[in-house]
Amino acid sequence: MAGKTLYDKLWDAHVVRADPDGTTLLYIDRHLVHEVTSPQAFEGLKLTGRQPWRRESMVAMADHNTPTDPGFTTIADPVSRLQVETLDANARGLKLRYFPIGDQRRGIVHVVGPEQGATLPGMTIVCGDSHTSTHGAFAALAFGIGTSEVEHVMATQCLIQKKAKSMLVRVDGQLGPGVTAKDIILAIIGKIGTAGGTGYAIEFGGSAIQSLSMEGRMTICNMAIEAGARAGMVAVDDTTIEYVKGRPSAPQGDLWEQAAAAWRALHSDADAVFDQVVTLDATAIQPQVTWGTSPEMVTSVDGAVPDPAREADPIKRQSMEQALRYMGLQPNTPMTQIKLDRVFIGSCTNGRIEDLRAAAAVIKGRKVAASLKQALVVPGSGLVKQQAEAEGLDKVFTAAGFEWREQGCSMCLAMNADRLLAGEHCASTSNRNFEGRQGVGGRTHLVSPAMAAAAALAGHFVDVRRF
Amino acid sequence: MKSFTQLDGLVVPVDRANVDTDAIIPKQFLKSIKRTGFGDFLFDEWRYHDHGEPGMDCTNRPRRTEFALNQPRYQGATILLGRENFGCGSSREHAVWALEEYGVRCMIAPSFADIFFSNSFKSGLLPIPLAAETVDRLFREVEATSGYRLAVDLAAQTVTTPSGETFRFEVDPFRKECLLNGWDDIGLTLRHADEIRAYENRRQQEAPWLFA
Ligand code: SF4
Repeated sequence: MAGKTLYDKLWDAHVVRADPDGTTLLYIDRHLVHEVTSPQAFEGLKLTGRQPWRRESMVAMADHNTPTDPGFTTIADPVSRLQVETLDANARGLKLRYFPIGDQRRGIVHVVGPEQGATLPGMTIVCGDSHTSTHGAFAALAFGIGTSEVEHVMATQCLIQKKAKSMLVRVDGQLGPGVTAKDIILAIIGKIGTAGGTGYAIEFGGSAIQSLSMEGRMTICNMAIEAGARAGMVAVDDTTIEYVKGRPSAPQGDLWEQAAAAWRALHSDADAVFDQVVTLDATAIQPQVTWGTSPEMVTSVDGAVPDPAREADPIKRQSMEQALRYMGLQPNTPMTQIKLDRVFIGSCTNGRIEDLRAAAAVIKGRKVAASLKQALVVPGSGLVKQQAEAEGLDKVFTAAGFEWREQGCSMCLAMNADRLLAGEHCASTSNRNFEGRQGVGGRTHLVSPAMAAAAALAGHFVDVRRF
Repeated sequence: MKSFTQLDGLVVPVDRANVDTDAIIPKQFLKSIKRTGFGDFLFDEWRYHDHGEPGMDCTNRPRRTEFALNQPRYQGATILLGRENFGCGSSREHAVWALEEYGVRCMIAPSFADIFFSNSFKSGLLPIPLAAETVDRLFREVEATSGYRLAVDLAAQTVTTPSGETFRFEVDPFRKECLLNGWDDIGLTLRHADEIRAYENRRQQEAPWLFA
């Protein structure tokens, strides 16, 4: 019999019961909660008179709607405010672990979970948020769910699931200078497409993935959902265990030794068989920039906007034409000639301390291009912000002309006041370039933090390696 | 949850690949703490010229007449015909609530994004994946024939065209059962409460740090 994949191991350890047709009741260890997808679930619980099954499994915080203005005290938009207040009332009412506004530990759930050690290897982790896949970087089975499922987990600690197929994406070789985890995942999506991972749980492996830090691995797993996969994961190694050690919610003492030993088994067996294997050569990956309205519409910075006339598939051609119309771009325009209006550094993809360090290293001592309307840095959590300030990164950014903001989702999805105006082009370190994602009519180009920083200085895209 | 058995419905085509949930219901509507009030804002940016905000009265908003949902021939549609990877992007169940409130009960496309697919069943909507060639043909027939309807039979797992041609579709047996009966998942799961507790007891021995 073939060995087990990491996904098999995580799955098997959480099966409460399984029907012959494969319908499985899967136990959930950690439930992260934010203000946007939870109110209707809390209300459902109340209406049916149910209590949370295991409230200690829940960690709640507001991130999507929260303002990022330095030192803000209230939320001006009454609808946003009500949503945040509703979470506040629900979390306090049910005595959940909760990081309210004003708590330095609050931030984007996918940044805070790992930071606090609430995300541990071997766990099943869910959140009413598609980028829950981020936590798979810890060899956890982590995926996004809808609001009905949020209520289901609250009430039963379980989800009704069917096992997905398994895919191994192996990236081998050493990344070139200036090439980052973000470029790897964009290159993967460019290769397999945004529906390439549909129906699969992806394990990322190979020497290029193993040599990434935990933050880099989180960036990769974060965007597994953009490749269509509900979950992405990376095996446990020393890097994982060192990252988790000493975090506030990580096990301590004897329990730590026991846990760390168990976690060492969280990798695919050498003879495990995957339903599909995709390989990439890390040495061939260049800094990536998206040109369209789907993350698969991506090319190297030294490339150009593609020409739909050369696309044989009529449906693809139509999407490309649609995207170019929306983006206001002409076929064959070199990526480096795309002028920018705003730059956004942040989000659960690239709002961690290493991301800010990488951006600051490019910016140090230079100035944001005068043609730019705005350049924004939004740390992923209050602790990331604190750390960055301790290292003086905030000064590097503000001296260059960047705004230094409070933590939150911010311009990643523009539910708060930070957004693009119609027609504006933005270099963004976030994960989605859909139409209107960063504001109605806004045009998003996804890039790494270093590429975003270089673009801010130049006012258009530039190859960070030649900068 | 509403049950779903049979449906004989008018079809509206949304002819784009990778329709994401931001397009189905834009983010400003996610600020609502309610489960209703989304139907008028379904595909807001493609449907209206102006910018929609929660609670707005949509009666007199300027409409984009080229968008199928605004064309008189598609009014009252209950079946939405889509392309590849329908419902990708954000996990927001509001997308399904918006479709449901608008009146859609069934979506047909070559493929659906995972979270959207499972969210659909929770509100009693049926997503049907059919072969890309079949969907392509249906698009042509819908556009050529005003008043084009399809008959969906969940028990038999068939979609039948006006000319009597029938396509079989696959659906997960458990989801089918729930949809046919209008069963609520939470109630079903709580019937296994003892097994959940037994699992927890066993797991607490194996991995006590998960319960610390
Ligand atoms: S940063 Fe963006 S992608 Fe991440 S949770 Fe917030 S809105 Fe979602």
